[in-house]
Amino acid sequence: MAGRFLQRSWGARRWLCGPGRAVSRVLARSFNSMPVDDVVNGLTDEQTQLRQTMHKFCQEHLNPKAQQIDEENNFAEMRDFWKELAKLGVLGITAPVEFGGAGGGYLDHIICMEEISRASAAVGLSYGAHSNLCVNQIVRNSTKAQKEKYLPKLISGEYVGALAMSEANSGSDVVSMRLRAEHRGDHFVLNGSKFWITNGPDANVIIVYGKTDPKAKPTSHGITAFIVEKDMKGFSTAPKLNKLGMRGSNTCELVFEDCKVPEENVLGVKGQGVYVLMSGLDLERLVLSAGALGIMQAVMDHSIPYMHTREAFQQKIATFQLLQGKMADMYTRLSACRSYVYNVARACDRGHFSTKDSAGVILYTAEAATQVALDGIQCLGGNGYINDYPMGRLLRDAKLYEIGAGTSEIRRLIIGRAFNAMFKTVLRMAPPRDHDWRKATAEGQ
Amino acid sequence: MAFRVLVGVKRVIDYAVKVRVKPDKSGVVTDGVKHSMNPFCEIALEEAVRLKEKSLASEVIAVSCGPQQCQEVIRTALAIGADRGIHVEVPANDELGPLQVSKVFAALVKKEDVGLVLLGKQAIDDDCNQTGQMIAGLLDWSQGTFVSEMTVEGETLKVVREVDGGLETVRLKLPSVITADLRLNEPRYATLPNIMKAKKKRLDVLKIKDLGVELSPRFQVLSIDEPPQREAGVTVESTADLVKKLKEIGKI
Repeated sequence: MAGRFLQRSWGARRWLCGPGRAVSRVLARSFNSMPVDDVVNGLTDEQTQLRQTMHKFCQEHLNPKAQQIDEENNFAEMRDFWKELAKLGVLGITAPVEFGGAGGGYLDHIICMEEISRASAAVGLSYGAHSNLCVNQIVRNSTKAQKEKYLPKLISGEYVGALAMSEANSGSDVVSMRLRAEHRGDHFVLNGSKFWITNGPDANVIIVYGKTDPKAKPTSHGITAFIVEKDMKGFSTAPKLNKLGMRGSNTCELVFEDCKVPEENVLGVKGQGVYVLMSGLDLERLVLSAGALGIMQAVMDHSIPYMHTREAFQQKIATFQLLQGKMADMYTRLSACRSYVYNVARACDRGHFSTKDSAGVILYTAEAATQVALDGIQCLGGNGYINDYPMGRLLRDAKLYEIGAGTSEIRRLIIGRAFNAMFKTVLRMAPPRDHDWRKATAEGQ
Repeated sequence: MAFRVLVGVKRVIDYAVKVRVKPDKSGVVTDGVKHSMNPFCEIALEEAVRLKEKSLASEVIAVSCGPQQCQEVIRTALAIGADRGIHVEVPANDELGPLQVSKVFAALVKKEDVGLVLLGKQAIDDDCNQTGQMIAGLLDWSQGTFVSEMTVEGETLKVVREVDGGLETVRLKLPSVITADLRLNEPRYATLPNIMKAKKKRLDVLKIKDLGVELSPRFQVLSIDEPPQREAGVTVESTADLVKKLKEIGKI
């Protein structure tokens, strides 16, 4: 749909065009989008403003490239785009102001994640990996010296960040990881590999989990987190993976061959990486669930105006009750998800962290996003099935959120165990003799 | 010598929204419709903020006239870089035309000791393109309209105007009223840190009676209609066919 500028009367158009001049900037600013009611969402005036800024910026600068990024499985201008995000002050939203951050909260972060994903879910995923998985883990766990060394460059967009947890044979069962980190004098030597690493090919700084004590019991207690730099000797990346969706958000295998990492690059405490990992996963799940919100909103943005253009039986297809039902289902799914995500984010901003609800928001939003994307394809019929339209991309992108940051299965397990744990506390008064509580809590994830 | 700049920021229906006419033809539907800052006002504001950054302006004041919600637009202006805001409160159903707004601005100029008024050349809702000219008339100030380039040179302004025949360069004596055209600059985005800082900036709310301005409308809107639907075209095979068709419909 051309913007309102172009639909105006000739008189008005004359003022806009002027004799023989281009209106490209006005044209570039015309886009489809369904309004998001932030009064209903309970956002503050500043958060509403933040959405407006991010929406405008992403629709103008990112949305027009989304299709190409997907087709080519490459975002050539990523570095420049990161610098632009840095100018907007959104690469380190949850980082303290003294290290270049915005000193904002998780809900602010979620609004940005949602609006970037609404334009390009792949770039949104890379943004999440950078600004939450890497930046926020450094914010939460590092020493002052580490913050001073890494945060300013990550927040200015000079560096791209990533986090490496999974291995080819350790996905859901992440504590079974095999990457060895041997302590030798003033450094650690890392050997092994990490798989499915978002931003892997692009990252300058990566948080890597490795086993410093493979014999530790329980196994989770031998894990340590490290800050690894791309240029460290013995570190290399394999070619990027060819994925179903989230194409252009580069993913690859990281290879460590006698990679020397200085002692001062340990993130948190040696042997206690599992706490860094698990608490970080809670926030990762919360922030990434906004990626699924962005995809659902994008489905609305594309499908609803389409239904008001496309005609069948001499009627706009949106006037058919079956499609009105689809609109209502898509909208209510999205709205329920958004309320849940925003509420959990507000709780986090008040310092209340709930593992169960962090798993809950991404479990629910990810599955809803896949369903909404499927509905979106149906709304466009034949056009929904061809790649000239973005609907197929949105579906492929949505599916990732049922897998990344813990599969839906793991998320259900976390929620179920959280309830079961309530009953275990009752049992604690008379625990069965063979039950090891510490082990149950540590491995309960 | 640095001067104080007054910038008009009008709240209009967002440019990406499809405008609907009310069934009784009394106006367009505004309830529940997304509003934002008039794009030409954004350009005027950007220019004012740049003057401030070059220390040519001492202070940038963003002004909006209308209902309570206008304050959202003023907050945006503060996040983009205005130093403070003035909201002139006018109830939503009171009609404000260019003349009424011009009187408000002229009163504010005197009250705030302003040296330059920067406005968008027109608003995308009513497309009037009159407010800048009227303010200059009421104040008896120099004016530069449809400006695509502007430079402060001591006590004067050199401006390039987009006129139908091309570009016209004129020199104006300050104080002056400038209206911004599309190509004057590319407005910046409000950044997250500035959005947070804007919360602490001053926003004064004034009533019309505080300014002693009389707002009675001078004309009456009889009816608002949708623009006529564009009819589908036809593809012609050759130039000869085209000429024939054009003759048929009496265009040549």
